[in-house]
Amino acid sequence: MSGFAGFAVRRTVAAVLTLLALSVIIYVVFYATPGNVAQITCGPRCSPEQVHQVAQQLRLDDPLYLRYWHFLEGIVVGQDYSTGTSVEHCSAPCLGQSYQSDQQVMQIILTKLPVSLSLVIGAMVLWLLLGVGTGILSAWRRGRLSERVLTGITLAGLSTPVFVIGLVLMIVVCGQLELLPFPEYVSFSDDPEQWAWGLLLPWLTLALGEAAYFARLTRASMLETLAEDHIRTFRAYGVGERSIVGRHALRGALAPIIALNANDFGSAVGGAVLIESLFGLPGIGQELVHAVNVVDLPVVVGMVLVIGFFVVLANAVADVLYALADRRVVLT
Amino acid sequence: MSLVQVTDLTVEFGDLRAVDGLSFELAPGAALALVGESGSGKSTVASALLGLHRGTGARVGGSIEVAGTDVRKASDEELRRLRGAKAAMVFQDPLSSLDPYYAIGDQIAEVYRVHTRVSRRVSRARAVEVLDRVGIPDAQRRSRSRPHEFSGGMRQRALIAMALACEPELLIADEPTTALDVTVQAQILDLLHTLREETGMGLLLVTHDVGVAAESVDRVLVMQHGRVVEQGPVAAVLGAPAEAYTRELMAAVPRVDDRRTPSEASDEVVLEATGLRREFGRGKRTFRAVDDVSLTIHRGETLGVVGESGSGKTTLGRMLVGLLEPTAGEVRYDGHARVGVNPAVQMVFQDPVSSLNPRRSVGESIADPLRARGERDEKAIRGRVRELLERVGLEGAHYDRYPHEFSGGQRQRVGIARALAADPRVIVCDEPVSALDVTTQAQVVALLGELQRELGLALVFVAHDLAVVRQVSDRVAVMRGGRIVESGPADEVYDNPQDPYTKQLLAAVPALDPQVAARRRAERRELAAA
Amino acid sequence: MSEALVATQVPEADASGTSGARQFWRRLRAQRAALVAAAVVALLVLVALAAPLLTAIEGQDPTTYHPSLVDSARGGVPIGSFGGISGDHWLGVEPQTGRDLFARLVYGARVSLGVALAATAVQVLLGVVVGVASALGNRWVDQLLSRIADIIVAMPLMIMALALLAVVPGSFPRPVLVALIIGFVAWGTIAKITRAATLTLKELDYVSAARLSGWGTWRIARRELLPGLAAPIITYAALMVPANITIEAALSFLGVGVKPPTPSWGQMLTSANVWYQAAPQYLLLPAGALFVTVLALTVLGDGIRTALDPRAASRLRVGTGRGQEAKS
Repeated sequence: MSGFAGFAVRRTVAAVLTLLALSVIIYVVFYATPGNVAQITCGPRCSPEQVHQVAQQLRLDDPLYLRYWHFLEGIVVGQDYSTGTSVEHCSAPCLGQSYQSDQQVMQIILTKLPVSLSLVIGAMVLWLLLGVGTGILSAWRRGRLSERVLTGITLAGLSTPVFVIGLVLMIVVCGQLELLPFPEYVSFSDDPEQWAWGLLLPWLTLALGEAAYFARLTRASMLETLAEDHIRTFRAYGVGERSIVGRHALRGALAPIIALNANDFGSAVGGAVLIESLFGLPGIGQELVHAVNVVDLPVVVGMVLVIGFFVVLANAVADVLYALADRRVVLT
Repeated sequence: MSLVQVTDLTVEFGDLRAVDGLSFELAPGAALALVGESGSGKSTVASALLGLHRGTGARVGGSIEVAGTDVRKASDEELRRLRGAKAAMVFQDPLSSLDPYYAIGDQIAEVYRVHTRVSRRVSRARAVEVLDRVGIPDAQRRSRSRPHEFSGGMRQRALIAMALACEPELLIADEPTTALDVTVQAQILDLLHTLREETGMGLLLVTHDVGVAAESVDRVLVMQHGRVVEQGPVAAVLGAPAEAYTRELMAAVPRVDDRRTPSEASDEVVLEATGLRREFGRGKRTFRAVDDVSLTIHRGETLGVVGESGSGKTTLGRMLVGLLEPTAGEVRYDGHARVGVNPAVQMVFQDPVSSLNPRRSVGESIADPLRARGERDEKAIRGRVRELLERVGLEGAHYDRYPHEFSGGQRQRVGIARALAADPRVIVCDEPVSALDVTTQAQVVALLGELQRELGLALVFVAHDLAVVRQVSDRVAVMRGGRIVESGPADEVYDNPQDPYTKQLLAAVPALDPQVAARRRAERRELAAA
Repeated sequence: MSEALVATQVPEADASGTSGARQFWRRLRAQRAALVAAAVVALLVLVALAAPLLTAIEGQDPTTYHPSLVDSARGGVPIGSFGGISGDHWLGVEPQTGRDLFARLVYGARVSLGVALAATAVQVLLGVVVGVASALGNRWVDQLLSRIADIIVAMPLMIMALALLAVVPGSFPRPVLVALIIGFVAWGTIAKITRAATLTLKELDYVSAARLSGWGTWRIARRELLPGLAAPIITYAALMVPANITIEAALSFLGVGVKPPTPSWGQMLTSANVWYQAAPQYLLLPAGALFVTVLALTVLGDGIRTALDPRAASRLRVGTGRGQEAKS
């Protein structure tokens, strides 16, 4: 087990390094662009005095690495900001301040985060159940009509962009059939039942597209396992089909499913942005789209970093799970 | 009543008739070997005995009766009860034949439970019992290990344990030792022998290796193109074959005790290695594949390098030609220290599939050394390539053909032609015949010998097969764990081995004569006891 | 004599070569679904290329407003049945503006396919260069490039594209910008695939043999490695085209991709949910176009994969699409 603990430690260190590298890339891309960085950061409606002030805050006179260091320092220990009239403290992790809404970026993110997390985590449960279930079923029914039907549905799911699924569901389920109310976000702590009810449609939308990918992957890797030599061994020893598919083939498909889930977390976050915009859910995604549209640079950078943090975290967790699931993997 | 009764069996895959009117029977407790080269249909027969072709689209004709079950007519349920319980199968590659994700004990227990419906605990205990029986030390603890934690030989033992779990009447072993080193092969064959003596189960052994058959069975059936060529008692069929094909086969089998007419070696040293060492990995994981190896190769002679898997023989070969740089030590060609590759030192590779670029015609591949040397005259290039193709026994018109149009043996000839195109003085052959059937093997070995005499080539012949190495070598070096444990003139090393490992290796080589085989078996027991 | 038999049993899959292209077509033709998909894709490409011609035949263009065709009293609903379908406007007009839907749809196909193909080209170019460099370079080059590729793979493409769109000056031609950005944020996977394939090829004996012939690295890379990389790269690239179509549509749907007045399917969907009762085709046309395009490209991609790698495909039949390289 010490080998495993060592692996977990190494993986954590790697995750931190990845995050640092990501922050460098993002900082360079957004704060080292040609043009008036202070003007861009402050926003189009800033007065020259405000721009000057922002330039001082970002220490634009310093060399790039010092500016980055200052930015990093803010994240780790916090920072003091001058708003012109007073000095405000931005405690760690400080991602800066939006000059357009005069709010601290971390504050904005924290109010929006629960919505996005509710959406993504709920949908993930759903897509894993739906996708893996469909995949197992179609591997089990391989060669029969029911498998073809399932494969067809899966292909349709793969080919429909998530916002089209959302639009159609909203129009049909909420508009025409009136089965569900139009989605809205109610905090879980306020009313768990309303929370779930309001998020049902967004969950379903996000889950359907992702579930198609998982169904395809699960089926493919189960069929791949079924073609391996050890399956032949168990057939030759009179082990029944149920045990071969349900025990041996599924076990072989487990590791790829975990790996895909990590890889796919990123694209699911992308899907969540679309769904929040479509259903008007006040999450990070909607805020990000808004920030991009009004060019609120500190908010954009902060959001990307926070999302990057979650993606890196998800990948690290998945790697550890993957290593546990596939003990053949050499831990390095 | 016989244990296995096969009458007029045919198996067809699409247009290919893999088995064509095969009949044989096996008495309870008897042992029969199906011997044949690749494509003879021997493994197909083994699968057919357990009805494994069901649902794969293969067409099976004739009748198969195994332990009282009519395999072709049996219901799926009846077939399931036959498989594993009355007739159990051991496969070639023990690693891929076990589920990598479950403990070995659990896999054996699962099979046992399918047939006996006993409790989990009882079946687990049975698994430990059979693992102990096949000689897995500390079976209770080791039964919780997964396949990748076992060595190759241990895995094959575990598979045999799985076969034993339900005390079958028939054991079908499909090339059970082909993936194993020769010393491990001997252990597994000895184990099968002992188990058969103790349990009285019947054995159907499928193998390409005549020696393995001679070691293990009473009767042998020689197959070719899906048909029976000849069958009868081992001593009769192998000792005095009646059919031309069997005679050809037996003539091609290299024998470890045959002396070789030495080649005309000179004293001129062409290649010399001193203190070669090669490490892989870094830090704590450093692995020394080759450790302090020195050797000299003279003009016109063949040096055989023999060793089991992991002995470092391939790494050594690649350092000699310059494909790998040594971590320490140096290779001197013609007296000069050498870095990187040198066209005068060529290589023939093991795998006839991957050694030729599938997207280039064989002529283009052979022309590579000519073009690389700066030859621009297309006519001269074509002419030289044709000449080389003809020299290795192919047709000059094959220039524009692609590798997939050739058989394994022919591809190996193309590989040799490509090596010759560079006008080499040394050719390192890395397992050049191990992927080939024995009759093809003999032809390629003969070709290398001819070329050597004609061109005064120095050959380094790297191989795991002791008999083949003896057939071709003037001097041999035995490698183990990256070091040379013994070296000298071939006859000396083979007839009077000094190092205990060399003795062990030689004792493990399967003999063609059943009586010699029995004597070797006794010798191995002594060596193991010592 | 046994050699002859071995020759007949050499698996077909090893039989690539110059005959590879012919075999590829033969295997592709053998798949009915892939053929239908290929026909649909060909039709779409044709429509996109001929967009100016088609609209000229109709007598419309995608940007002209027709206020007379919408009922401003009812909030801009198109006048006439089925959203104003008529001989002049084959698929009706856009609510509120009265712009011609057929023209917007076929010009939208131009944007959609153009951006997706250009983005794929950028991804393949970047990915192959980085992948090959990483596989053939020394340990440090490999480490650096691989880590960068890891980060690119891990980061959500949508998010990165969105964020980048915020900082690029608005003067840049929008479709080109969107294609470049999608290309620059999503080359990680193809780099990883290329690197893995190159490493595998590099170890093959025929590459060693070429080294022993005396050829240099550059010649070996060109003659022995690159042709072998074609199959995995084409396979993956074929599956990236539909993914890129979806991303472009999503960005335009969010209002940050292709900007008006350039028509784009994603953009058309943005306001469609308000109009679905009065002008259902305003929603259905771009949604259907997207669905059919992505479906056809996906099925074609699967078909190409099957034709290039029959061994894997015979096991899988339908492959895994993305994430297939996740762990290897």
